[in-house]
Amino acid sequence: MQLNRKNLLGLEFLSAQEIKLILDTADNFKEVLQRKIKKVPALRGVTIANVFYEPSTRTRMSFELAEKRLSADIINFSKATSSVKKGESLRDTLENIQAMKVDIVVMRHGSSGAHKFASEFLEASIVNAGDGRHAHPTQALLDMLTLRGKWGTFTGKKVTIIGDIMHSRVARSNIWGLTKMGAKVTLCGPPTMMPIDVDQLGEGGVKVEYDLARAIENADAINILRIQLERQQAKLFPSSREYFEVFGVSPDVLKRAPAGCIVMHPGPMNRGVEIAQEVADGPQSVILPQVENGVAVRMAVLFLLAGGQAEDEEIAS
Amino acid sequence: MIDWKDKKEFWIAGTRIADPVAGRIRTGSVLIRRGLIEEISWQKKVKTDLPILEADGLLLAPGFIDIHTHLREPGFEDKETIETGTAAAAAGGYTAVVCMANTDPVIDDPSVVKYILKRAAESGSCRVYVNAAVTKGLEGVDICEYHHLKKAGAVSLSDDGKYISNSQVMRSALEYAGMLGLVVISHCEDPYLTNESQMNESYWSTKLGLKGAHAASEEIAVARDIRLAELTGSMLHIAHVSTAGAIELIRQAKKRGVVVTAEASPHHLTLDESMLENYDRNLKVNPPLRGKTDIAALRAALRDGTIDCIATDHAPHSAIDKQVEFDLAPPGMIGLETCFALLNTELVARGELELIDLVRLMTSGPADVLQLPGGKMEVGEPADLVLVDLDERWTPARENLRSKSSNSPLLGRELTGRVQGVFLEGKWLSAII
Repeated sequence: MQLNRKNLLGLEFLSAQEIKLILDTADNFKEVLQRKIKKVPALRGVTIANVFYEPSTRTRMSFELAEKRLSADIINFSKATSSVKKGESLRDTLENIQAMKVDIVVMRHGSSGAHKFASEFLEASIVNAGDGRHAHPTQALLDMLTLRGKWGTFTGKKVTIIGDIMHSRVARSNIWGLTKMGAKVTLCGPPTMMPIDVDQLGEGGVKVEYDLARAIENADAINILRIQLERQQAKLFPSSREYFEVFGVSPDVLKRAPAGCIVMHPGPMNRGVEIAQEVADGPQSVILPQVENGVAVRMAVLFLLAGGQAEDEEIAS
Repeated sequence: MIDWKDKKEFWIAGTRIADPVAGRIRTGSVLIRRGLIEEISWQKKVKTDLPILEADGLLLAPGFIDIHTHLREPGFEDKETIETGTAAAAAGGYTAVVCMANTDPVIDDPSVVKYILKRAAESGSCRVYVNAAVTKGLEGVDICEYHHLKKAGAVSLSDDGKYISNSQVMRSALEYAGMLGLVVISHCEDPYLTNESQMNESYWSTKLGLKGAHAASEEIAVARDIRLAELTGSMLHIAHVSTAGAIELIRQAKKRGVVVTAEASPHHLTLDESMLENYDRNLKVNPPLRGKTDIAALRAALRDGTIDCIATDHAPHSAIDKQVEFDLAPPGMIGLETCFALLNTELVARGELELIDLVRLMTSGPADVLQLPGGKMEVGEPADLVLVDLDERWTPARENLRSKSSNSPLLGRELTGRVQGVFLEGKWLSAII
């Protein structure tokens, strides 16, 4: 099976089947990553530009590693060291990168919809590595790969996303991905960080619950979002210590969830603000496996957008 | 396309004559002499030696009047000039526009008013009236010299694009403007609630991950200004009303006798927030496109008189300005050349508004709001007229628009009803390129 798409802009545009295809392909690549030689020639001759307008550690390294594991040629761009400092527009920058015969552009940008805008004029495939508050599809896919690895299915599973939903592209992409695959999503966070009518988001909507204990009491997994201080233009909660008291996940809070509840965090963590040290490093945490799965998921996305078949021999070779 | 060479004296024969004051459309003929309406006859054919413009079946109405146009000159001539903006106006059927004050320099000094009127006399294709700023530099702090501005030719006052957030300043502005008989036009939004907003706050802003401006931000601002108008007894006009709640506030205020009028823009009447799904920057406007219930409320307000007029908020922006990320794009869309056709297509043709009411809302309606001349189909009035083929289907495109900018979401969308041209004091200007 093939993913007949040029771009990955957001999970709201994908069908459940397409998401499953990406996750299945990622599982195959996970196996590759266990080998002694972790490299396949699948994207040999394909050139990928990593264009990062916002700072990133995990996502950027993860994409770069995924590209290297697939034998692609890579060029990197970051806002801090580029002509953007000289006032070059996004359109000019991308058209110049394209003129260098790039096949895939992996981009992170602070403006919601920046990738949709880029898709209006780029011939290269675009992979969304985060746009404003809108979407971060590969993060949601790696979260889902991690959960599926534990559960085998999403049907009937309950996931609670905790924190600053308003500013979170991770939350939005998880809502779309999880609900499409049949999971139930509950959101929990301060009302000042809960965007309007968010209960209608996703396939069939989600639940909003302001009481943390109630929000997690039946959860099969919790996904704890980082409090994004850099995205907060106005003070939406009084202090970090009050936030931890009300919405922070401490060992005591976690006891309110079922014993097997999985703990996730997209990173980078503010230990002691949204997540306690003991929870982040505890037995229920899959935070480091999430990072590991990130590489496999990004390999799958790049491979499929480049026209690869899920059962392609090259994966196995 | 109408082929007409200018004559000093001529009949327009067999046309459907719209009289917005009488509220009627009736077939007849109109005699134009030396730039004035000399005679209105209810005969389809006229016996005369004078030249005749046969206008069988076409609609003849007073020239449209737009009280909310951004001509951009001086200062932003890359977006529009008085020459191109008034050419666009004439092509849209307008014979008069009121230009907004957010130029560079701002229209807060009599010299700028005079400059615009001089440029309009030199290069304009329609009458230009000047709206001056309420506060110096549109900064919302110090009120301008309204007496001097009025003497220079200003017809109204507005800091359009900005709400005067200091209530004392707005009160003083209304009191002082009231003394001079000038209307204050308010752009209503609570700037704290709309700070950095990109669109209406709703499910759609949540889905698209764009910061929203809630309807409440407009309604809070409208409520304050109505209360200040009530307090001062001065004339207040609410620009581009966009929410159901704001309409209800205006409706109630009118019932208790507050001197308040209101306008609606063609885009707020026809386009809704869900169209932003693809982050089209040409759909980014301020106030933002709202929801379907707001549109329904706006349309009802056209019918019950709560809305006094249609105003385009024609806001040209160059392709460079709009070829950017959504949050960096300046708000605004052009509207002069598509307003009548869009509303004819979406409202009149669908039975939501009578044709004569649309004509009234674009002629005598706006004239009454700012006490401007024109907007009447009466003997002795200047022959500022528009001729429309109500059945012609056409598709707006970059090539057939005269505005210097083409930031319109309507390009490529077929509309019904096309302005053929205008008479400005009897002089024919064809709309069709």
